[in-house]
Amino acid sequence: MIKKIILYTLLILSSIILFFPILYAVSASFMTPQEIYAGKLLPSSINFDAYKNVFERVPLLHYLTVSFWVSFIVMIGQLIVCSLSAYAFVFIPFKGRNLIFFIFLATMLIPWEATIIPNFLTILNLGWVNTYAGLTLPFFALPFGIFLLRQHFLTLPKELWESAQVDGCSRFRFYLRFALPLSKSSLSALGIYGFLTTWNQYLWPLLVTNDDTVRTVQIGLKMLIANESSSSWNLVMAGVVTILIPTLLLLFIGLKYIREGLTAGAVKG
Amino acid sequence: MAQTAKTTKSSYHSRKKLFGIGMLYLSPALLLLGVFLFYPMLKTLYFSFFEVSGGGTIEGWVGFGHYVELFQSSEFRKSMVGTFLFVLYTVPAEILIALFLAVIASEKLKGIGFFRTVFSSTLGVSVAAGATIFLFLFHPSLGVLNSILGFVGIDGVEWLTSSKWALVSVAITTVWMHIGINFIILLGGLQNISKELYESADIDGAGYFQKLFKITIPMLSPVLFFVIIIGVIGAFQTFGQIDILTGGGPAGSTNIIVYSIYLEAFSYGNFGFASAQAILLFIIILIVTIIQFRIGEKRVHYQ
Repeated sequence: MIKKIILYTLLILSSIILFFPILYAVSASFMTPQEIYAGKLLPSSINFDAYKNVFERVPLLHYLTVSFWVSFIVMIGQLIVCSLSAYAFVFIPFKGRNLIFFIFLATMLIPWEATIIPNFLTILNLGWVNTYAGLTLPFFALPFGIFLLRQHFLTLPKELWESAQVDGCSRFRFYLRFALPLSKSSLSALGIYGFLTTWNQYLWPLLVTNDDTVRTVQIGLKMLIANESSSSWNLVMAGVVTILIPTLLLLFIGLKYIREGLTAGAVKG
Repeated sequence: MAQTAKTTKSSYHSRKKLFGIGMLYLSPALLLLGVFLFYPMLKTLYFSFFEVSGGGTIEGWVGFGHYVELFQSSEFRKSMVGTFLFVLYTVPAEILIALFLAVIASEKLKGIGFFRTVFSSTLGVSVAAGATIFLFLFHPSLGVLNSILGFVGIDGVEWLTSSKWALVSVAITTVWMHIGINFIILLGGLQNISKELYESADIDGAGYFQKLFKITIPMLSPVLFFVIIIGVIGAFQTFGQIDILTGGGPAGSTNIIVYSIYLEAFSYGNFGFASAQAILLFIIILIVTIIQFRIGEKRVHYQ
């Protein structure tokens, strides 16, 4: 009983401290500028003015749409490219596949940030600045994703492939009809992971966009700070809360898959 | 005789065909990794030996000049010290806090799902959003952190405006943002520990802390090892929160390595010098990871 009380106290206190920044951002987004200057913790009344204004001052809806498409394209691209590679590593016994797999694994040690200078020049020379291609294509081949899906494909029973072969099922059909549908949990984990990390990207969109055409919401937020933070923090916080909602929702819905996927990676890795 | 020759030939053909099929499936990944990872890595190494202007034009061979310059530059030394301090400020704190949260959230209690969701939530907070919230919390006159400190009778801290505190403030922001992912992984690890171990410890009359240090931590060591590795690598790659919170300042106190590469390349247009820093970043991460694996092999307890 005493243990329960202590645990609940710790859980509640930790939750309040950890969630305080987000709660305070929500609270401040409903305040008037005067209330923010007065250093209030809670608004006197809920008013949505800051939300209305922030959508007028910056093209936030446009940034959100761009971010959605960029994240969605990367997610789909990663699922296709990574699952094809993982499939080859597990179901096609060709010579040298262990070596290639080892090289793929080793690339996880290369920090992406160490390659940004030539990558920026590549995008520049291809004329892909301010395009979806420049924002998405470099991230389709994710060694971590290949590793995650390979680990999952390895758990599929070998007999399945053998009997499919007897029935005259082609390799590609087996990939589409059996390998992918039987890996829904890992594909979901990778999909959510890919979507979240792309949505949250900062350095790369900062480099390869210089106007609003395909500006993502993270860089939009930087613009918002530059324009408004001297005067209207309630507006900036309204912007922050708006861009937090999609990812927090996705996280809460997909938490189960992420936990399964990441835990498997940590334990088997 | 003719029979065997025929089978070897056909198996050679089928092996060749198999190789072709395998490569076909791998080709998108090979092509993309080639263009966006292998080529730029080599190109960065190549650039590091040249004077390269902002547009990527090569202006002359300097050999190891950039590297020599790096080791002599007091600014870069400051940046490296800052980077290592940043790793030190963030990694132990984010893992210990997440471990504490995972331990209290692994108990089977009513409503535990709610607390687990809250503790995971910072994974859904982007670098830009998280840093913006803290920029507001740290604000010199409007920031609520100083108001709270003032309420308890402590003088306000110059969070982002003094070179003494700026790196710590960025570290606090980073720790907060990383708690979610570490919590999820550590909780998963805790739940994988077999219940029987605890049951037999109960029979032996072991107390809460005895079980924590004799069973939980050792059994969790592979997972702890994993979060330490991703934590250290992540800390070396920090960029977004610095760009939003401090821009590398004040007086270069938060100009840690990736930000330094970014400034050198994209603000000052020294692609060659920046490439040398990028190569150094790669080497440092490689060495640190190898050292961690060496130590990890001895300390980690696998089931």
